[in-house]
Amino acid sequence: MVAYIVRRLLLAVLTVWAISVLSFIIIHLPPGDYVTSYIASMSASGSAVSEGEAKALREQLGLDQPITIQYAKWMGLILQGNFGMAMEWGRPVSDVIGDRLSLTMIISLAAIIFTWAVALPIGIYSAVYRYSFLDYVFTLVGFIGLAIPGFLLALIVMYVGFAYFGANVGGLFSPDFAEAPWSLDKAWDLAKHLPIPAIVLGIAGTAQLIRIMRSNLLDELRKPYVMTARARGLPELRVVLRYPVRVALNPFISTIGYLLPYIVSGSIIVSLVLSLPTVGPLLLKALIAQDMFLAGTIVLLLGVMTVVGTLLSDLLLMWVDPRIRFGRE
Amino acid sequence: MDTSSLLSVRNLHTSFFQDEGTTKAVDGASFAVRPGKTLGIVGESGCGKSVTAQSILRIVEPPGRIVEGEILLTRADGTQTDLVKLAPNGREIRAIRGGEIGLVFQEPMTSFSPVHTVGAQIIEAVTLHADVTPKEARARGIEALRKVGIPKPERRIDEYSFELSGGLRQRAMIAVALSCDPNLLIADEPTTALDVTTQAQILDLLRQIQRERAMAIMLITHNLGVVAEMADDVVVMYLGRVVEQGKVDDIFHDPKHPYTKALLQSIPSIESRPRVRLPTITGSIPHPFNRPPGCPFHPRCASFMPGRCDSAAPALQPLGEGRAVSCFLYR
Amino acid sequence: MSSPAIIAPLEAPSVDAEQRIAVATQWQLMWWRFRKHKLALGGTIVLALFYFVSLFADFFAYADPNESDAQRSLIAPQTIHWFDDGRFAPYVHPLKGTRDPKTFKRVYVPDPARKIPLQFFARGEPYQLFGFIPTDRHLFGVEGAKAGETMFLMGTDTQGRDLWSRLMFATRTSMTIGLVSVALSLVLGVVLGGVSGYFGGAIDSVIQRIIEILRSIPTIPLWMGLAAAVPNDWSVMQVYFAITIIISLIGWTELARVVRGRFISLKSEDFVMAAELVGCNKSRIIFRHMVPSFISHIIAATTLAIPAIIISETSLSFLGLGLRPPAISWGVLLQDAQNIQALVLSPWLLFPSIAVVVAVLAFNFMGDGIRDAADPYL
Repeated sequence: MVAYIVRRLLLAVLTVWAISVLSFIIIHLPPGDYVTSYIASMSASGSAVSEGEAKALREQLGLDQPITIQYAKWMGLILQGNFGMAMEWGRPVSDVIGDRLSLTMIISLAAIIFTWAVALPIGIYSAVYRYSFLDYVFTLVGFIGLAIPGFLLALIVMYVGFAYFGANVGGLFSPDFAEAPWSLDKAWDLAKHLPIPAIVLGIAGTAQLIRIMRSNLLDELRKPYVMTARARGLPELRVVLRYPVRVALNPFISTIGYLLPYIVSGSIIVSLVLSLPTVGPLLLKALIAQDMFLAGTIVLLLGVMTVVGTLLSDLLLMWVDPRIRFGRE
Repeated sequence: MDTSSLLSVRNLHTSFFQDEGTTKAVDGASFAVRPGKTLGIVGESGCGKSVTAQSILRIVEPPGRIVEGEILLTRADGTQTDLVKLAPNGREIRAIRGGEIGLVFQEPMTSFSPVHTVGAQIIEAVTLHADVTPKEARARGIEALRKVGIPKPERRIDEYSFELSGGLRQRAMIAVALSCDPNLLIADEPTTALDVTTQAQILDLLRQIQRERAMAIMLITHNLGVVAEMADDVVVMYLGRVVEQGKVDDIFHDPKHPYTKALLQSIPSIESRPRVRLPTITGSIPHPFNRPPGCPFHPRCASFMPGRCDSAAPALQPLGEGRAVSCFLYR
Repeated sequence: MSSPAIIAPLEAPSVDAEQRIAVATQWQLMWWRFRKHKLALGGTIVLALFYFVSLFADFFAYADPNESDAQRSLIAPQTIHWFDDGRFAPYVHPLKGTRDPKTFKRVYVPDPARKIPLQFFARGEPYQLFGFIPTDRHLFGVEGAKAGETMFLMGTDTQGRDLWSRLMFATRTSMTIGLVSVALSLVLGVVLGGVSGYFGGAIDSVIQRIIEILRSIPTIPLWMGLAAAVPNDWSVMQVYFAITIIISLIGWTELARVVRGRFISLKSEDFVMAAELVGCNKSRIIFRHMVPSFISHIIAATTLAIPAIIISETSLSFLGLGLRPPAISWGVLLQDAQNIQALVLSPWLLFPSIAVVVAVLAFNFMGDGIRDAADPYL
């Protein structure tokens, strides 16, 4: 069991490191750098930037050093908690990101909770009452959920809200609370606005999880221990819920591992459409402006959050499945 | 009303209805289990032995179901209940399952839930059928494990099935089945998955328990040696039908049905002459969708009578003293 | 349950059905099973239709997809009237531009006085069929010099371009990106997954770690980053291929996982050992013995990977990070729908989304059908 934990921890650290390298590379892929796009936007608005100014700017921002050194410097700063300056905003990155990262996590968690709460019972029902009418209905709805990309669903929801209710269903806060400091009232306002983004984000994942649960449960239902449980005289509901569901739950729980990155990345696009004050819109702008510190930090932090979440889910799985505890993965 | 038997199966028909066709897994089986005695049900794979056991407990998996027949269980108060007429998964049949009839499966590893302790499963069975406190239930569970010969049962009760060896697991299975003191134990190939030494131990255990509790055992197996050792009465099945039944000595020393005779002949014996080819039964079991008309054994039968055996199926004919055969040779 | 040998009993009733099963090839068996799956069949037909349209996009369109005219922007779809005085003679009312007295905006209303007949196989914009056969016939159209000006089956977009024609070309782009991208993923997945599964050991561990790392990274930020890195001055084709490669770089992990799993389970099969004992060399074992037993699973996994690719391309282009104008794809078409206020006034801008949903559904159904047909133990 300890070996399992240690292995997972090591992998998590390795993954975070890989993410940092990847995000750094990505930010530096486009030809030119922040100064180049700064010059471009300056000349678009009519003013020119001279060679000397450009060079000084580059030196100031440390953009003239070889890439490995830049990376090392960046990592050094990060480990000290200094995420650098968002060049376009002129403020520290941590300021600019502010709430958004935690809001991203809150939405993602809400989406995951929604996904589980819906997928689990439907998956169980579909397996036990295979080929029933409801099973087909669920399968169909599930397929449609799979087929509609997140942003499309968000668009449709916005459209319906706007066209038929005249309401703007986007955003996470009512106008009064948007800039206000955190309080219980603000938290409640957030909770009221959570359902729509959570559902939009969660639907595709729900469809997938239903299928996974259904097929795993179908496999388990055929196994002898289910028949033995029945032969002991257990009522049917308990037979199903206590034994095969419990066993099928394990692969279900381990799906958090890929559900979390999937939902976090889905939230980027959905938050763009629904105008949610999360990390998504910020990332897009940063990428277009090639604001290295901002974009790189966002990608890094998103990745780290995801890895931590996955690690937690692995630990949860270990707690739930005795076979892992005893080292018989 | 035949109250001399604990369980009486009459003309049981269980079929599986699939897209590709209907399989008659049990095609008119009739036999009886005497209280406190062991009935051995013998036959090749696919002859319907397991489905018969499942039909008795009403745990046949869909798309299978009992189509016809009676299964009469004599209860503690002397009345008889037709198990076929009970509501499936209703309260009555559930009380009987585990409470009056226990079931032991072939594959002990997969018969236990991999994520629950052995104890949890025993205690659950106990609490289902008896009104006891959790503490008492646990005590009973430990006692049940001890009775089947598991050392240190207080520790073992909290272990998972994958922590036990094959023999111990099967013993634990038996413990679960016996935990509520049933009158009848149905053992479906209980020793097939075990090595020979463990096999012997398990069979000894079963015999011991039977003596102590005057419990009836319905032993399903394809191993004639096990039948010879354990059974008092024997039922031979082929393709879902009972082809012969009788007391164990009669069956082994005076087999009537050609199938039984061929089976017995094909057992390698220490007394047979060396360098003689082992007799086998010609042909093989027909595909379930391709049942031969008339007597199901006729394509492989040495005593096949054309015109008779392939036109109608012989009924189970009593020959007196508990013997019965379904064969036109004895009409 | 042991499967008995199929031997005819003495007085055999016909056993044709069984013998057919016994001598059928793997592909025939799969096809028979696939056939029973109504949804999968439906999906396959729909996809065939989509690819047919892709092939003949020019034929199905009736206007130049890039011809823009600001005056014609955001025109609503026109209704086709199928019967003219009882005869089957489809026609549309041409649009008359008038100025709305209240908003002073130019509004197009159908002119009930005039009728323009719709012709099948009409002449229209010239194009090259299959890239080299010059022709100007389209499936339907309105003959006349300014054909594109008077018929807008699906309305127009903000720049006045005919949406129906654009949709035809978008279908071609989006459906083919899926194929190219999945082919790349397939190659990567099979090679890396195969190496990982067959050789095991250190190579396996390394590749597995890489796959796990890739899978735990949120993909969209990665895509966005990579896509944003594509220089603005690249040509449409270059951007097309860059996006395709980017998408396939993340998608290969799933296929690699499937391939690796298969190799690992097959490695310990007796028939592989038998082949080794007979003296087959490694490549013969892999390609002649192991691969045929899982190729159907690979096909299923590949088919099921395509919907995700289509969705990612659509999402990326929707954000403006994927294909760029003048390239046309479903995502590019949907960019116009970003503005909610505009969307409410012109809901027909959402039509391309139907194509996306249907295509993805069809791929999923077909993939499910293939997977069910390939797996004999279901």
